Amino acid sequence: MSLLPFCEWLASTRGSIALHESLYMYPLVESAHVLTLCLFVGMAVMLDLRLLGFTLRRVPVSDVLSRLGPWMAVGFATMVVTGLLLFYAIPVRSYQNIFFRLKMITLVLAGLNAWVFQMTVRRRLATWDRDASPPRAARMAGAVSLLLWAVIIVSGRMIAYNWFDCDKQPQPWIVNRAAGCVVAAR
Amino acid sequence: MSLLPFFQWCEASSVSRAISTSPWAFAVIESVHLLGLAAIGGAVLLVDLRMLGLGLRRQTIAEVARDAQPWLVGSLVVMLSTGIPLFLSEPIKCYYSTPFWVKMTCLLLAITFTFTVRRKVTMADALRVRPIWYKLVAVASLALWFGVGASGRWIGFSG
Repeated sequence: MSLLPFCEWLASTRGSIALHESLYMYPLVESAHVLTLCLFVGMAVMLDLRLLGFTLRRVPVSDVLSRLGPWMAVGFATMVVTGLLLFYAIPVRSYQNIFFRLKMITLVLAGLNAWVFQMTVRRRLATWDRDASPPRAARMAGAVSLLLWAVIIVSGRMIAYNWFDCDKQPQPWIVNRAAGCVVAAR
Repeated sequence: MSLLPFFQWCEASSVSRAISTSPWAFAVIESVHLLGLAAIGGAVLLVDLRMLGLGLRRQTIAEVARDAQPWLVGSLVVMLSTGIPLFLSEPIKCYYSTPFWVKMTCLLLAITFTFTVRRKVTMADALRVRPIWYKLVAVASLALWFGVGASGRWIGFSG
């Protein structure tokens, strides 16, 4: 099943065209998306570094989670809203962009990593809350999170480049396949 | 005295040509610049929020500031060492870009402020600092760094 028809319909809506063609709205939304990195990923990085035992070593992990959690939630909500708007402005090209696809997959993986952390080692938080260097499973969660957010940031930035866009043919078949390009058979 | 000759000299340098003619160098360097942004954002916000009485409130300001310090310095090093090549890829464009000059001004003020006033206030004995000073320092720090980030993003939109 392809989401392409949905994206094409979305691109034809008035709001999408208006945002795409706006002089200031699109750059403002994009700036908000980028600068919110500082809040959301910034806080996530400090939490991950705490899980790795690299910083805030004398601060209980429960403190970091409960005191930084709300800020991360606000940051994440802003990221999602501005991100959806950015997609809404350029649906078809984003959908057929390999970096966008990589970013979406990595976002799901980051969510899974957080979920596994919640379901496993966080359940036992009381036993290691004050450890300067948390147990292996917690350190793993922190390291995997750092790596995934780095991939998300880099692939997000790369969406702007048109190296592998569907309208730049010929491309290797694997690129067309990964981007979901509809290429006329020759 | 005009700085234009210096910018022209930068533009003619081999490093500048190498970055601006490479199809991917700018993209790669800018990606690392963004990774640094996330890290420096965390290191700055953690302490500024604490000074505003938010975030890690159960720890002392000095404690939070001490823990954040190496990450602040480290991410700043990443930002500068990627920011300089980004500038070198298009010095003349930067010279005629208002957001570039706004960013450089904010950056100079932010770095100076962070490593003098802010450092002194965060590391001081909490009993000897009037609470209003923490708030003022935090707001000034947030405003300066926001200025750096916002005008930095705007360099890419102009011209």
